[in-house]
Amino acid sequence: MAILLNSASKVIVQGMTGAEGQKHTRRMLESGTTIVGGVNPRKAGTSVDFDVHGETVSVPVYGTVAEAMEATGADVSVLFVPPPFAKSAVVEAVDAAMPLVVIITEGIPVADTAEFYNYAAEKGTRLIGPNCPGVISPGKSNVGIIPANIAGAGPIGLVSKSGTLTYQMMYELRDFGFSSAIGIGGDPVIGTTHIDALEAFEQDPETSIMVMIGEIGGDAEERAAEYIKANVSKPVVAYVAGFTAPEGKTMGHAGAIVSGSSGTAEAKKVALEAAGVKVGKTPSETAQLVRELLESADA
Amino acid sequence: MDLFEYQARDLFEKHGVPVLGGIVATTPAQAREAAEQMLDGDGGVVVVKAQVKVGGRGKAGGVKVARSAQEAEQHAEAILGMDIKGHTVERVMIAEGADIAEEYYFSILLDRAERRYLAMASVEGGMEIEELAEERPEALARIAVDPNTGIDAAKAADIVSAAGFADDVAPAVQDAILKLWTVYAESDATLVEVNPLVRTKGGQIVALDGKVTLDDNAAFRHPEWEELADAAQQDPLEAKAAESGLAYVKLDGEVGIIGNGAGLVMSTLDVVAYAGEKHSGVKPANFLDIGGGASAAVMASGLDVILSDEQVKSVFVNVFGGITACDEVANGIVHALEILGDAATKPLVVRLDGNAVEEGRRILEEAAHPLVTIMDTMDGAADKAAELAAS
Repeated sequence: MAILLNSASKVIVQGMTGAEGQKHTRRMLESGTTIVGGVNPRKAGTSVDFDVHGETVSVPVYGTVAEAMEATGADVSVLFVPPPFAKSAVVEAVDAAMPLVVIITEGIPVADTAEFYNYAAEKGTRLIGPNCPGVISPGKSNVGIIPANIAGAGPIGLVSKSGTLTYQMMYELRDFGFSSAIGIGGDPVIGTTHIDALEAFEQDPETSIMVMIGEIGGDAEERAAEYIKANVSKPVVAYVAGFTAPEGKTMGHAGAIVSGSSGTAEAKKVALEAAGVKVGKTPSETAQLVRELLESADA
Repeated sequence: MDLFEYQARDLFEKHGVPVLGGIVATTPAQAREAAEQMLDGDGGVVVVKAQVKVGGRGKAGGVKVARSAQEAEQHAEAILGMDIKGHTVERVMIAEGADIAEEYYFSILLDRAERRYLAMASVEGGMEIEELAEERPEALARIAVDPNTGIDAAKAADIVSAAGFADDVAPAVQDAILKLWTVYAESDATLVEVNPLVRTKGGQIVALDGKVTLDDNAAFRHPEWEELADAAQQDPLEAKAAESGLAYVKLDGEVGIIGNGAGLVMSTLDVVAYAGEKHSGVKPANFLDIGGGASAAVMASGLDVILSDEQVKSVFVNVFGGITACDEVANGIVHALEILGDAATKPLVVRLDGNAVEEGRRILEEAAHPLVTIMDTMDGAADKAAELAAS
């Protein structure tokens, strides 16, 4: 099972012929993802060869997303398209009725994201990102840039705004493993939210516990807390980065700015704890809370 | 990027939003000259307004009415150089005085939770909008705006009617709202706020004070923003880091931080602050994200920025190799220390994990630089860095 992705997922790469696209397409192929094509109107009809564990894998390039879907039955698209062209690439995938689009691109203007998010929502395409590391269902499929060798399959469902904290948490809990790990991205407007991921993990029989990583800014964690209280029966452990961040400073992610009293890590912790979520103050403490819950469930 | 009031005024004017005259001045003499241009003799006034990107300047004495050019010069003298909540006033705007009959409020902003835009309007302007929203939420109309359709005449009419503008001002307010929407959409803004929007005794609708935030991600399609950014106040170390393309924020502390990925760096700040509680209260000195490809050059510029901060006593390099390989990071550190030579004088605590970690640690061990300590865990490294900063 896992969520969003499984071994049957057929993936196309928009922006596969660029440097980043090529590098990560090879990594995705190495971790077992079924990549059925790339999209580039100027290189339609050609193919790109990848060296995967010493063997050559040839991936065809199509002129449009619609052609790629028609030819391959692809049901996931992943984007490595530079910011100025990202919006039209997403709109193209939505127009082709692609069910899931994962947008890795960092630095997309928020107006573009607001426009393509609303367009996709209306047409029924699920977006993940932008500015995110993607999704991995270890041993089944890996779409994006999450390293496949950090942790294997297991009972933990992970959802995070941050890429490197996703990796850190997977590393801390590598002895248990993950059903799926989703990096939803740190931009002010994102497609799939913490709540969407929690909902999917709640329904996934392979997931027995969820870890949610948030950071300062906005109120996504507070809204997730309300959702958990009303809808989630599985245990949830959370970590919020930025407890000691000063007010009014942007910390890299567009989302990570504390203004006034709302959006602080402390406010998020209070809201989450009120919903019965255990909250760690550091990554290692958070991992320890997960460990204790998993070990007591075994006992 | 937040704009100064005078920059917002100029942007409004460019899009046809009604504003009053305003001239920016950086010296009292310039302020006098601007006031002379605006005052036509009898009865008129100008307002000398501190240009700072923080609220509450009125209460701090940063806004003064002048009845003569000489008085404007005196006010500018007092206001220039003033400290308002940690912001030094480097510019004042000499603004035409307004005969205010009524004050209103209007804004358009990004609604992150709903993933669309939100227009807010009230006929009770002039007060802090947070206060109004808290105390009299019914007086603040909130109208959702679809990013794909924006504000057209019908939507502007909805806003005007929801806020309860009187019939005699409604057409002019509606027109101003349509023009403010073009400011928002064409400038890639995430906030356009007018507080107050006023009706003058002559019956004109005028945007008296404006606040605009632009989306930095959209800079690639706005070459005109370069001059706006030049005028922005910036910490010298932050300016130096920006030149090298590094995401750096100066903080008040002793432990320099370098890491990869915004989330991990934020988390590192937390872990160091907690460790600091056990070591005479030392704190993180900065936020510095070197991003994915931590090459030797990037590592060297990062270290250079941090070591230029005189407050820094120790440095914590915290890297989780995802795509980045730890051996590249280790080579980066070794090369950076070579490049810096004698300029590197502060102890470095390095924690590497993930991709090619054994190789990375081996490179650092073999280099055996006297300033470098290798630690296995993030918590242990934070403790060591705090201890070194405290000693």
